[in-house]
Amino acid sequence: MSTKTNPPAAVLAVAEKTGGWRERVQQLFALAGLVLIFIVFSIARPQIFPSWSNVTAILFSATVVGLLALGVTLVIITSGIDLSVGTGMTLTAVMAATFIVNWHIPIWLGVIMTLLFGALIGLINGVNVAVFGLPPFIATLAMMLVAQGLALVISNAAPIYFDPENFSAYLWLSTGKLVPGLPNAVLVFALAAVVAFILLNKTLLGRYDISIGSNEEATALSGINTKKWTMIIYAVAGLFTGLAGVMISARLGSAQPSTGAGYELQAIAAVVIGGTSLSGGKGTIVGTVIGALIIAVINNGLQIMSVRQEWQNVILGLVILVVVFIDQFRARQAATT
Amino acid sequence: MTTTETAAATGAHNAELLLQVEGVEKSFPGVKALEDMRLDLRRGEVLGLVGENGAGKSTLMKLLTGIYTREAGDFWLDGQPLQVTSPKEAQEAGLAIIHQELNLVPHLTVAENIWLGREPVTGGFFTQPGAQVQKTRELLSQLGMHIDAKAPVSSLPVAKQQMVEIAKALSFSSTKVLIMDEPTAALNEAEVDQLHELIRRFITPQTGVVYISHRMAELKRIADRITVIRDGHYIDTMPMAETSLDQVISKMVGRSINTEARPEGVRDDRPIVLSVSDLSTKALLQDVAFDLHRGEVLGFAGLMGAGRTEVARAIVGADPVTSADVILNGNRVTISNPAQAAHHGIGYLSEDRKRMGLMLSLPVSHNIAVSSLSERFTRFGFLRNKAIIEAAEAARKLLSIKTPDVNQLVKYLSGGNQQKAIIARWLVKDCDILIFDEPTRGIDVGAKEEIYQLLNKLASQGKSIIMISSELPEILRMSHRVVVMADGRITGILSAAEATQETIMRLATHRDDAVTTKTEKAGI
Repeated sequence: MSTKTNPPAAVLAVAEKTGGWRERVQQLFALAGLVLIFIVFSIARPQIFPSWSNVTAILFSATVVGLLALGVTLVIITSGIDLSVGTGMTLTAVMAATFIVNWHIPIWLGVIMTLLFGALIGLINGVNVAVFGLPPFIATLAMMLVAQGLALVISNAAPIYFDPENFSAYLWLSTGKLVPGLPNAVLVFALAAVVAFILLNKTLLGRYDISIGSNEEATALSGINTKKWTMIIYAVAGLFTGLAGVMISARLGSAQPSTGAGYELQAIAAVVIGGTSLSGGKGTIVGTVIGALIIAVINNGLQIMSVRQEWQNVILGLVILVVVFIDQFRARQAATT
Repeated sequence: MTTTETAAATGAHNAELLLQVEGVEKSFPGVKALEDMRLDLRRGEVLGLVGENGAGKSTLMKLLTGIYTREAGDFWLDGQPLQVTSPKEAQEAGLAIIHQELNLVPHLTVAENIWLGREPVTGGFFTQPGAQVQKTRELLSQLGMHIDAKAPVSSLPVAKQQMVEIAKALSFSSTKVLIMDEPTAALNEAEVDQLHELIRRFITPQTGVVYISHRMAELKRIADRITVIRDGHYIDTMPMAETSLDQVISKMVGRSINTEARPEGVRDDRPIVLSVSDLSTKALLQDVAFDLHRGEVLGFAGLMGAGRTEVARAIVGADPVTSADVILNGNRVTISNPAQAAHHGIGYLSEDRKRMGLMLSLPVSHNIAVSSLSERFTRFGFLRNKAIIEAAEAARKLLSIKTPDVNQLVKYLSGGNQQKAIIARWLVKDCDILIFDEPTRGIDVGAKEEIYQLLNKLASQGKSIIMISSELPEILRMSHRVVVMADGRITGILSAAEATQETIMRLATHRDDAVTTKTEKAGI
């Protein structure tokens, strides 16, 4: 070890150096994009858009997609995909309501059981991928349908309400304000992002995650039990799904069994905008958080500008195209020089 | 315009040459890849082109086929200035290149691959599979290749795929110059002979071949002259017949190398660390049995497809077995995946480093530390990045891995240094048994020598090494004993004294069961 290297800097360099400088540039681009979009909306609607209450609303709306995207990031880094997080979130929300409202299980225990239920969904995905060798797309597509159906079956296709009189503590999880002016959901998302960051950058799980995504066969031949770790990674993604299920039902005050589909695509979009490669082996949590914020800012800004919902999707789709195009353009430039 | 002007200015153009490269330069950011590069290919000759990895061979090929653009210098093909911007144009001009990595579409048939983009069609749209197959059969029989025109390329062994690639290049009637980059990297001795026969058939007074290879013995057989390049510079061109291999090698590396070394002493009087018997797989292996002694280099020789890689993969649990009896340091063990093998101190280094060895998009440090992360580089479940860097640095110094920094991505290292990084991986893991599958494939001569010395050092430190190799000189030079395989069975185990090219080839090609049993008993 050369003496001139400052250890914390070296550690950081390794931690975030999974894909070299290109990744950091991508993050800077994403961050610059976020700031730019924010400024544009602020100029267009200076009275409403940059206000604290609206910023809070943006952060609040970023939490659900953001939580899902954190788990999806880990899965995509293995060069997999998870399509089941949207309806999986719905199913876990229904399960939370079933546990707490219908079965009268204490709230804290019900929340833990919901998180574990989410992890179970992810674990089943992981087993199907790692042990039975199903392509991740197929395994999680099947789970997406199963979760969607089960959510309707278990709830009898009707919303289950958390009566505010009895379950105010549950609703507080999302809408309460432990920090004045900031909904708890935002805190939970921030905390979850920190946990995901530590998992990816500071632990074996993250290192194996990246290694499997870079070259699964070589990682296995290096003596790593890649099947086990793939299962764990999908289960962790499921855990984040369960957390999203809790946060969305606490926010709405109910478990809505017929929503949820489509969230998985928003989550994947957030991951991609954040610079994580769908071919695996590289990706960052910071990027994903920025990606989730970009989506929230665009949706919120367009709403404030009174753009119709349909057009919001069109614009989001174009944003994804532009982001990926820029990334590939720079990748080609890097490859030819 | 520029080309003719320069030619007039230097007066260097020689119309008698088939292919001429003159004063070519190319640089990449921070590196001068080629400087004043020259190459003269005469009509009707095979020109050997040698140089260490990074000498500039592939850059030159990419310039010739228009993938890169040269910054200075000229190309002439058959007396005409060559100005192409794509491999397709190069092919049309009469310059065919067969790359080291095969460029075939695996799921298409041999015929479909050969005529890809030039399919015989009616009405400009409908393909004529019958005519295409017929044309292919004519071509293949003309070339003396026994390949089924309708077989999917993916069903063929690598050697045959290589043949298909060559057939494709020769199917262009315009082909005058054939450039082959390491054409025999995946071929066994018999297949090499077949390839050389093809080359001799192709050579006429109007054609020529540039033959790039690391294998000196082959160049001696096939090349008329040999051109040496080093560090992007032209060094020399010599008539092959009057040049010794050691001369060529010393020009390549700027130092002389001993090609006649043999392993020292015997090691089979030492304790047995690994005893394998009754090893069979569904597909190929049949009752494979051998012992590995401490500090021994046990060579595994055999033709392509004999089952040597399969033995290695079965031992480390990468592939399922139907039966296996493995005794490790006196204890019977069951190994059902590479993680367990690593746990028992057995490391496998694949022949296909890029696909099965390296995490290319990750730093050198990760590639070194990956196998030991859980037991050496974590505390309370958290990675100790500093310890990882330190261990990688130590390994870099120990094995003299050439990289500016262990945070460098491993894909930017040369083949030899990538191999060293994988060796470092298993040394950091403290494995006692190392299984090397083609340890020097695609590695240049200088780095090869370093790998050999490293293997010798490891063995003398008490590591036990299984070395699978298709290069007989390598087997003879390194192995204390040689296991020879054919058709999934061990056909003989030879001591270093018994092992010669001839004895090994006899066992690898002929299977005489009576002799086999005797030799096996004598060997074990």
